[in-house]
Amino acid sequence: MKERDELRASESQFKHSTKDLKDSTCALKERLISCSNGGDIAKKPTQSLIYVTQLRRSLSQQVKPKPEPTASSVLEKTSSGQAKAEINEMRSLSPPSLSSSRKPNEKELIELDCVSVIEGSAEVGKESQDEKQWKEMKLHLDDLPGILAQLSKIKLTALVVSTTSAGFALAPGPFDLPCLLLTLVGTGLASCAANPINQFFEVPFDSNMNGTKNRPLVRGQISPLLAVSFATCCAVPGVALLAWGVNPLMGALVAFNIFLYTCCYTPLKRISFANTWFGAVVGAIPPIRGWTAATGSLKAGTFLLGGILYSWQFPHFNALSWGLREDYPPGGYCMMSVMHLALCRCVALRHGLALVGLSTAAPLLDFTTWTFPIISLRISLYISYLGFRFYTQANQKSSRRLFFCSLWHLPLLLLLLLTCKQPQGVKRDQGEPRQ
Amino acid sequence: MAAWRLRTKIFFPQLCRAFAGRRCQLAAERRDAAPGPVSRFCPPKTSCHDWIGPPDKYSNLRPVQFHIPEDESPLEQKLRELRQETQEWNQQFWANQNLTFSKEKEEFIHSRLKAKGLGLRTESGQKATLNAEEMADFYKGFLSKNFQKHMYYNRDWYRRNFAITFFTGRVVLERVWRRLRPKQKLSSS
Repeated sequence: MKERDELRASESQFKHSTKDLKDSTCALKERLISCSNGGDIAKKPTQSLIYVTQLRRSLSQQVKPKPEPTASSVLEKTSSGQAKAEINEMRSLSPPSLSSSRKPNEKELIELDCVSVIEGSAEVGKESQDEKQWKEMKLHLDDLPGILAQLSKIKLTALVVSTTSAGFALAPGPFDLPCLLLTLVGTGLASCAANPINQFFEVPFDSNMNGTKNRPLVRGQISPLLAVSFATCCAVPGVALLAWGVNPLMGALVAFNIFLYTCCYTPLKRISFANTWFGAVVGAIPPIRGWTAATGSLKAGTFLLGGILYSWQFPHFNALSWGLREDYPPGGYCMMSVMHLALCRCVALRHGLALVGLSTAAPLLDFTTWTFPIISLRISLYISYLGFRFYTQANQKSSRRLFFCSLWHLPLLLLLLLTCKQPQGVKRDQGEPRQ
Repeated sequence: MAAWRLRTKIFFPQLCRAFAGRRCQLAAERRDAAPGPVSRFCPPKTSCHDWIGPPDKYSNLRPVQFHIPEDESPLEQKLRELRQETQEWNQQFWANQNLTFSKEKEEFIHSRLKAKGLGLRTESGQKATLNAEEMADFYKGFLSKNFQKHMYYNRDWYRRNFAITFFTGRVVLERVWRRLRPKQKLSSS
């Protein structure tokens, strides 16, 4: 009897405290009502203990946010937090309410209850943590610059702009600053157009790769429509600026580059490992564009510079993709590092050696003085040596060394090209005058 | 169920949350049948935007809870349903893809280790793995076996993505037109 009275007291206390939960959890309220209707007070002490067990168990179950359609919206973080507090209160209330003269199996039942209550509250904690990760898909203007920078792959854009400026600087003829500025702005806009389109196409694939799963479109920070609009707003003025402000050939080259990257390289990544060659052409075009902007035409020197960039892509990308080869297959990406390992290593070595050959050809085409191949031979031989190590013992260490070497090799090579450029007046390029 | 029906009648302004909740329930049921989005989350009633969740553990895709405005037009409804259906289609594909990949990879490793006469664990107790050359056989086989499936998925994904973006553009234009129209009526009168 005493136990029953204590039970009733704790039950009514519980009902009072759950009034706070009513507004926030409709489902919880339903279960409590049904529980209080169904939980008849047992006549025997053991049955009253079982009632306590059931009440506590149902309470711990109720704390879970039920996926039933509720009329009111639920801030389940706060409700589960409150429910947790109630469970703790119940736990502290119920053991003293029972008599000390209980059988050992009843004690075990109580322990089980405590465990189920703890488990219930742990689950509640886990789910509230899960709920915290839900974000409202609302674009904040403060975040917009960062989001657009990620969308346009700002570091890659900076690399493209710098290789274009290298091409411009290496071209013969007088230096034209306004033309250079127009070229760089137009190239930057074109790169800012191509990269969001690439990300727009690849949202589900990016979600499944570790390196790309935090991109803005994957995280829902910006809508696809806005990303495409941004790309269009960059592409149109970029191409127009280059076509009318610099020369039509430049406009055509940049439009072709955008098309090659978005419509050839991107879809081809899941069709054939030949995508790497397309990507290498995409990377080789910017310095050609810079040269074209300066001279208005395409000459042998243009293709030499393009060739250096083209060959550089392979040791760079093949070494990088070696480290990521586990990530590619689930996404359906066809890469050499996944499907043809020997070819991957061979191509990296082959093009590392090609860099040595192209450096030697530079003075032969009156592109640079003979100082250039003499000085650049050391760094070109070094990258070829690392390519050879990668070819013979392809592992994480050799691939990383080759990749990091490629990162400093290119800027150094371009700097050497600039310093060893064939001076003006010795042999001038007979290209068309700039428009 | 009857109690729930009574509540939706009483709390009519919050009906949109009931739709979200029903989707929560459906998603929970689907989860029991096959790996699906964990969407027990119910957005706050004051929000009028979609909500995006953490990546699903099977598909790695982030589920979206779509907001249903009270004055939803037929076009907006069509867009929302298309996005919802695409989300479920993507979830199904990637969850199956990732599970199949993991399962086949494990089976491949086990069979190769068995063929070599090696156990699943090394002497130090760590899980035994195969080298890059051996795994390349599996990756090549997996990619060529699923090539057709991937091509169909790519084609369908591109179509759906373009359709969703196109419809989103139309919805935006419709909303702008709706806002301008009352102003035009006022200015004409």
